[in-house]
Amino acid sequence: MGAVYTTFALSLVLIWRAARIVNFAQAAISVAAADVAWAVGSRVGGWWLGLLLAPLAGALLGGLMERLVIRRLGPERHLDAIIAAIGVTMVVQAVLGMVFGLQYRPLPAPVSQTVLTVGGVPTLSPYKLLVLGAVVLLGVGLALLFSRTAVGLRLRASALAPEVSRLLGVEVERMTTLAWGLSAAVGAFAAMLVLPTGPGLHPTAMDGVFLTAFTAAVLGGLDSPVGAVAGGFAVGLVLNYVTGYTDEPNLAPVALLGLLLAVLLVRPSGVFAGPTIRRS
Amino acid sequence: MAALLSVQGVCAGYRGVPVLRDVTFDVAPGSVVAVLGPNGAGKTTLLRTLSGLLPLTAGTVRFDGQDLAAVPVARRVRLGLAHVPEGRGVVEELTVAENLRLGGLWRRDRAEVARAMAQVYELFEPLARRREQPAHQLSGGERQMLALGRALVARPRLLMLDEPSLGLAPRVVAQLMAVLATLRSSTGLAVLLVEQNVRSALSIADTAVVMSLGEVVAVRPAEELRADDTLRRAWWGFWPS
Repeated sequence: MGAVYTTFALSLVLIWRAARIVNFAQAAISVAAADVAWAVGSRVGGWWLGLLLAPLAGALLGGLMERLVIRRLGPERHLDAIIAAIGVTMVVQAVLGMVFGLQYRPLPAPVSQTVLTVGGVPTLSPYKLLVLGAVVLLGVGLALLFSRTAVGLRLRASALAPEVSRLLGVEVERMTTLAWGLSAAVGAFAAMLVLPTGPGLHPTAMDGVFLTAFTAAVLGGLDSPVGAVAGGFAVGLVLNYVTGYTDEPNLAPVALLGLLLAVLLVRPSGVFAGPTIRRS
Repeated sequence: MAALLSVQGVCAGYRGVPVLRDVTFDVAPGSVVAVLGPNGAGKTTLLRTLSGLLPLTAGTVRFDGQDLAAVPVARRVRLGLAHVPEGRGVVEELTVAENLRLGGLWRRDRAEVARAMAQVYELFEPLARRREQPAHQLSGGERQMLALGRALVARPRLLMLDEPSLGLAPRVVAQLMAVLATLRSSTGLAVLLVEQNVRSALSIADTAVVMSLGEVVAVRPAEELRADDTLRRAWWGFWPS
């Protein structure tokens, strides 16, 4: 599931680049978006409609969080913003618990999750192929958005040089809201992809993914989308090796935290972080 | 002629510390006004206040007759007021072409932006050769060209430049001043030029606003200042040669 970790890591990198904040509320928001999407999708349209709706719901929640919480803190209070994000997590999880209940509700995959065997060799399940394809499409889409479109240029400029951007007529506040919305949309997309592989929807269902993706993002350097992708796959491989060779699934979180600790001790800026050029 | 920019009794500062006190002057359409004064005179603060980065604590700023008090920073460039901040202000991670595009993003007319960008490349030939390079690879002079060119993509009516000559070789400074003089005569662009390099500023200015400790101490035709040694000595105590 390296591909999903990659996607979720990418959503964390998006906010980090825009606002220098690790959004600890991303897990709760992505579950909320998936909940809303599935509430509709389970009635009409199924998982596929859910996959379309989840990013929209996520974008709305992410944008709201920026407008209602983060912006009120002011631009220089990064630590406060992180604590506020944890607060948002608690509120969102509590609300989800009240609305949808605290038991796991299955989110069925649209295609089979049985591993295909080609010529006697087990490969991937159709669902994992679908996930891989969706993640690649999303990655290419994001890359094009940032490199080729006017909005992408505005988003990058607002993050790199807000004051200069403002002088050039860029509505920086709007871009910040958009970046939060975009990030939460990517997170919600990842949630729709990963939740069918586990026990399903639950207020804390994405917490494990968050931890994995956060490790991946830190490993790659929080500033680097390429690093997030590489970090995502690296972490996915490490987890597979650890649980595969030891046959002990409970070791996965331990290995993950060990890896996170090692990266922070040895190379806190991440493997792929370039020189940071930032100005007012 | 009615003033393009009219600054009336402006006071401003940082976090309650007043810097500008009762600043008053006008910029006529198509004219070049130099703001001169030593370090700490409030020149940069003045430009930051005019472009809206700092709030006014008193006074009014009118651009083309419109009070700017309620116009947010990002909207002022749409009126024709461009500010090239101190230290060049290019976005270093973006390429030369991206920096230039950024200057025209708010404009709807894409063809017009493309034309303006082509003109900038024509005006500053080194930029054309480095189009796809990230801006952090540019020299100081090229960065200034980029910052200036990017402001020009917006086709402003008033260009506010903060210390464009800072750290540049005299030859490059002379080139920049020549470009400004050309633009003024060909497009009627007005320029508000903040400079410590008095000599180069006076070489193209019509009027000089002399500031000291946050106040305007004199507004004179540049001609007079160029000729009059005693006035200059009185303001600075010495004459930078």
